[in-house]
Amino acid sequence: MKHQLTFLLLFIILFIFTVLNLSLGSVKIPLNELISILLGQGSENSSWEYIILQFRFPKAITAILVGAGLSVCGLLMQTLFRNPLAGPYVLGLSSGASLGVALLFLGGSLFGGFFASLIFSKWAVVLAATLGSGLVMLAVISTAIRIKDTMALLIIGLMFASLTGAVVSILAYFSPANQLQQYVFWSFGSLGNLNWNEVFILSICVTCGLILSLFSLKNMNALLLGESYAQSLGVSIHKNRNLVILATGIMAGSITAFAGPIAFVGLAVPHLVKQVVKTSNHFILFPSVLFCGASIMLVCDSIAQLPGSDFTLPINAVTSIFGAPVVIWLLLRKKKMLF
Amino acid sequence: MVAFTKKENAILSMKTSKAILHTEKLQIGYEAKNPIASDISIAIPAAKLIAIIGVNGAGKSTLLKSIAGIQPALKGSLHIENKRIENLQKNELAELISLVLTQQNQSKNLSVIELISLGRHPYTNWLGVNTRQDKIHIAKAIQQVGIEKLKAKKCNELSDGQLQKVMIARALAQNTPVILMDEPTSHLDMYHKAQVLHLLKNISLNTQKSIVFATHEINLALQLCDEIILINDGKVQQNKPEVLIEKGVLSNLFPKDLIHFDIQSKSFKISNN
Repeated sequence: MKHQLTFLLLFIILFIFTVLNLSLGSVKIPLNELISILLGQGSENSSWEYIILQFRFPKAITAILVGAGLSVCGLLMQTLFRNPLAGPYVLGLSSGASLGVALLFLGGSLFGGFFASLIFSKWAVVLAATLGSGLVMLAVISTAIRIKDTMALLIIGLMFASLTGAVVSILAYFSPANQLQQYVFWSFGSLGNLNWNEVFILSICVTCGLILSLFSLKNMNALLLGESYAQSLGVSIHKNRNLVILATGIMAGSITAFAGPIAFVGLAVPHLVKQVVKTSNHFILFPSVLFCGASIMLVCDSIAQLPGSDFTLPINAVTSIFGAPVVIWLLLRKKKMLF
Repeated sequence: MVAFTKKENAILSMKTSKAILHTEKLQIGYEAKNPIASDISIAIPAAKLIAIIGVNGAGKSTLLKSIAGIQPALKGSLHIENKRIENLQKNELAELISLVLTQQNQSKNLSVIELISLGRHPYTNWLGVNTRQDKIHIAKAIQQVGIEKLKAKKCNELSDGQLQKVMIARALAQNTPVILMDEPTSHLDMYHKAQVLHLLKNISLNTQKSIVFATHEINLALQLCDEIILINDGKVQQNKPEVLIEKGVLSNLFPKDLIHFDIQSKSFKISNN
């Protein structure tokens, strides 16, 4: 019962932050107008209606999907790698997705023909990013099996990030200016560039990833005891590992494809949740992390909009300002690190 | 080395028919060229406390891992309830054998009750929901080990001895006819060693479960266990402690320059010379 209450509370918080996110922005829209627009009754000011329905609302949905997806990725990876510092950005999944997208945007001009015709399809971007992050996850896992050290794993993630970064620079060097610009804008990361059609594609991908993760939760609980115990409890280690690679690949990949690389959310949110919900049970952590990740992403987006001004900060900068201190704090209390 | 006599072999095969688990000419190790122990024919009957003893590196843990199905055997066969281990699904095996290991790298953020509940993993649905039946097994396991007071605590608040009891309770909750343990008394002081071994003895008597554990506590094992599996120089023999003492195999276990086996007191003593 205690946990149902937590879920309810987190859901209410998510709802409040969604409304707050919708009401804040460079244009001031009164709350009662906002509600009547959302209820489909329209507004006297048609530009307000346009801003809410075509800009702020898809942006809020994107923030929710991005926050929830990345946080769940982080939760799964931290248990799978038995490492409290694992996360989609830190272990290079986002870089892998970037490489996939870079190959599509920039490589398209080099290879021409078939590739070039694919560039305009959003699904192609999603596929490239998913493949990229899935492959990096696979590579990190195969090295993690050999090296059990917590810090070594992070350095491996860092190396994969540099490696993919280097390939992207080489591609950029040989690419024509207009394609390079397209890629650079993408790599800044933004929640606000999605139209309803793209939000729809992203929500399908994230939902698929979340459903796949659901099936791994029971095994994740057994994995808290270590692989030998999990095996003795009847868990198929390989099947579970493949399931998590697929789920995190789809989520981290599609999110990075649409919103660009977003740092630290996946790493920090599970830890913040574990400070409040004091359990390791993944069936309780999963919904908590999902709601909490979505709420935090909405807050980050509201901050990035700098309410009342015409400026917008890159979302990646805001999440880093919030996330990097969390990582430092985790490292400082390393002795008590719990996953 | 003392080999099995024909009579002993006959007794062993008689036992085999009633055994929950038995092996036939099992060879264990990590490389086929370099087996750790060969021709292992052991039988685990119900409700027995059985210790695996041997010097460091003799292959105690490897034997346990092979029985548990974690480390595939090189040769021979292993039968559990008359089914070959290779023919069992992972989930079926999890309902027959449970483990208590030495490595303590489990998540310390788990509460005691959560950790013990994980023992029901093979029986629960995909959402891991504990039914009434599961809860009965969990409560029984906690009561058998006597850790009711620790239920709500986190694993990082427990002492080594307490944590070991919790891990034993988890294996009991898994409700398997055979429980395998790797050095359940390491890290513990002398009192808690005796306490844990007594607990194991009581469990085997009260629950009809058989407990097979690898140990360095030969003196304690000889006093408490129903049977001993002795690994020495790649050979494995299983017998009652009295019989092993009588045959004098324990005297040959270690080099005699520092310690010797004293038959009167049934224990190893420091040599005086």
